[in-house]
Amino acid sequence: MSEIQAYVNERVLVVTSDGRVIVGTLKGFDQVTNIVLADCQERIFSPDDGVEMAPLGLYFIRGDNIAVVGLVDQEQDSSLQFGALRAQPLPEILHGA
Amino acid sequence: MLFYSFFKTLVGQTVTVELKNDLSVVGTLVSVDQFLNIKLDNIKVEHEDQHPHMMSVKNCFIRGSVVRYVHLPPAAIDTALLQDAARRESQQSTATAKA
Repeated sequence: MSEIQAYVNERVLVVTSDGRVIVGTLKGFDQVTNIVLADCQERIFSPDDGVEMAPLGLYFIRGDNIAVVGLVDQEQDSSLQFGALRAQPLPEILHGA
Repeated sequence: MLFYSFFKTLVGQTVTVELKNDLSVVGTLVSVDQFLNIKLDNIKVEHEDQHPHMMSVKNCFIRGSVVRYVHLPPAAIDTALLQDAARRESQQSTATAKA
């Protein structure tokens, strides 16, 4: 379960089970994937407008609600044109559907 | 624990993980733990044009509880051996239940 240890103090992108995308600096985690993110922002995708960045601050996210934790490639991330990106929000995780 | 051991033998293979939100992620299997959490490297989300959400992510951790399927490379798996191991594990668990 030390799988996320490598991401500590790095920028990570978290996909939650309700389909939200939150980017922040990983400060801590435990064996059930509860995590703490510092300086985080939600990236709100919409089909009509560009990506909206909503600042959230320091967040604790309960492990149950986490789908994916991804390491952000900062260089590639800063080259993305978020204002021009159009996409449906990610679907929510449906257990047993 | 059988599938934990099974996935450990597949480290280094390219797999496709389909999540319960219908997202499919292709990548090289880096590691697995006892919850079947999966770590992938060099990832690519299928239909990236529709799902650009993870474009700047190359290495990721997927929580075992959100995995629907893992699409495996058939050449990397000896199904006869797997079947045998499954049989042995079930015999072992019935033996310990009786004891």
